[in-house]
Amino acid sequence: MTDTLLSVKNLTLNIPTGSGTLHAVRGIDFDLKRGETLSIVGESGSGKSLTSLAVMGLLGKSIKRQADEMRFDNVDLQTANRRVMRDLRGNRIAMIFQEPMTSLNPAYTIGDQLTETLLLHRKVSKSVARARAIELLEKVGITAAESRLSQYPHQLSGGLRQRVMIALALMCEPDLLIADEPTTALDVTIQAQILRLLVDLTREMNMAMILITHDLGVVARVADKVAVMYAGELVETGPAAEVFATPSHPYTRGLLRCIPQPGKTERGAPLGTIPGIVPSLIGEVSGCVFRTRCPHARPECRADIPLRGDASHEFKCIHPDGALSEEGEAA
Amino acid sequence: MLPFILKRLGLALLVAFTVSFISFSLLFLSGDPAAALAGETASGEDIEAIRRVYGFDRPMLVQYGEWLFSAIRGDFGESYYFKLPVASLIAERLQVTMLLGVCGITFALLTAVPLGVAAAIRPNSLIDRVALFLSVAGQAMPSFWFGLILIVVFAIQLGLLPPSGAATWRHFIMPTIVLGYYAMPAIMRLTRAGMLDVLNSDFIRTARAKGAGEGRVLFKHALRNAIIPVVSLAAVQMGFMLGGSIVVESVFALHGAGFLAWESIARNDLPTVQALILVFSMFYIVFTFLADVLNAWLDPRMRSS
Repeated sequence: MTDTLLSVKNLTLNIPTGSGTLHAVRGIDFDLKRGETLSIVGESGSGKSLTSLAVMGLLGKSIKRQADEMRFDNVDLQTANRRVMRDLRGNRIAMIFQEPMTSLNPAYTIGDQLTETLLLHRKVSKSVARARAIELLEKVGITAAESRLSQYPHQLSGGLRQRVMIALALMCEPDLLIADEPTTALDVTIQAQILRLLVDLTREMNMAMILITHDLGVVARVADKVAVMYAGELVETGPAAEVFATPSHPYTRGLLRCIPQPGKTERGAPLGTIPGIVPSLIGEVSGCVFRTRCPHARPECRADIPLRGDASHEFKCIHPDGALSEEGEAA
Repeated sequence: MLPFILKRLGLALLVAFTVSFISFSLLFLSGDPAAALAGETASGEDIEAIRRVYGFDRPMLVQYGEWLFSAIRGDFGESYYFKLPVASLIAERLQVTMLLGVCGITFALLTAVPLGVAAAIRPNSLIDRVALFLSVAGQAMPSFWFGLILIVVFAIQLGLLPPSGAATWRHFIMPTIVLGYYAMPAIMRLTRAGMLDVLNSDFIRTARAKGAGEGRVLFKHALRNAIIPVVSLAAVQMGFMLGGSIVVESVFALHGAGFLAWESIARNDLPTVQALILVFSMFYIVFTFLADVLNAWLDPRMRSS
């Protein structure tokens, strides 16, 4: 058994549209070890949710998926049939979504929805499934867990529903948890609680996690590895501490300037912004995708950009590492 | 659930009471009932005599009270034309109408819901186009014409089914198809729209992410939510079928309640018309109530509101 749980190489997702093919995700690589947390960061439309749905095998029918390799443990996700994928989903790979308010079926009780996952994948009795549901509801910090089982989603608040979604995802003790912006729709105070809960649970259950977010503050606290996505490409990947200490792609640095940093950002000082908008991905996309918004764009940026850096910390930018000082960001 | 049912029941009773008053008033809204009963050649004295015999000279509220009290006990008076108790007349005719209505709505639901689901799974596919064609045709075709075409083809040309009457179950096949096909398009389109909407919702993605199979996703998770508006529509259609199947009953010479209503209106048989209006309204009220209860069972959010 290898240490690598998930390996994705050269994943490409294309969406045919009326005005041409939308190259939503272009040749991204990442891998994940057991118990490791990878955070995929990027703004809306950068392809992070599509990437996670591609791993789950839940892409819409119109989206074309290609990859050199997509492997989960010893299952080849590209050749796996529907039966195999169904056995993985909810069982070994579980997912939490952005919208807790609408992600639970309004017509069934919390108990029905929680036990369904376990009953689908394990040959257990209903009472065993119920006991497991109660155990997990308690684990995600829901009080009066037993009485919650007979409640319906509309009777719970957003924060509670997201806790239920987390419990749902953990019913079968998955090896990999994909959390797609799990805290975005929640109040700020609840966000921190949910995040801490996710981190504690992944550690406790030795579960790998892909945390998709646009909030770098979140990443800094929980991720082992970071993958920064921009317009369908991974522009920088590496260990979280290293990427935060020496961000090498101008986009990563731009993102970091957008969040206040305790001790560094002065009170009252304006936060940074990244000028411009994400380019259209319909039709041929070439060269550095960030060049239209990059302060250091040069004619050479129109050519294809190779990956640079060492094996653990890679980035897609032709500028010398010294670009950091050139920008004069410290000032 | 129980408080909800009681509340709806109270509401239904209130509506029934209002409807009974309106249907009683109809008698007086269509002119002087005594004059109508006496006929064109009657003298003023004759009309007055009839007015006294039938009690039309008393205050309207008194008459209503008496009528309602008898109606609750199942006594709707005597038909002017048939000289029979209205209650037994209607009871006899209702058997045919109810059988036809139940068959019609069952046929409509059994064709419309599967077709609507199939069309929603693959929008713009061949099956979706066929379903669209069938529903447009069903909506555009007058029932009497469709009924006659069926009689020409299946009864006269092929000789497979009896053309008219209500003697055996085979007599009900064509009327069921005509009546059911009339209700089918709306149910089908609503099922399709509901399924399309629900299949795009987040909780369906959750169900798939759980590892649920396609059949389970469609029928357990999606259909239960998509069918809710269909239940309300079907209840109204069912009420309509029981009260408004006059055309179908005429074409196939089924002497049901719809046909009786038509006859009674033509003959100015007021007690029968009053009673029929009341009975038809009660059907609407009962079916709406049942649909509300069924919907509350399907969708827990309705129970609390």
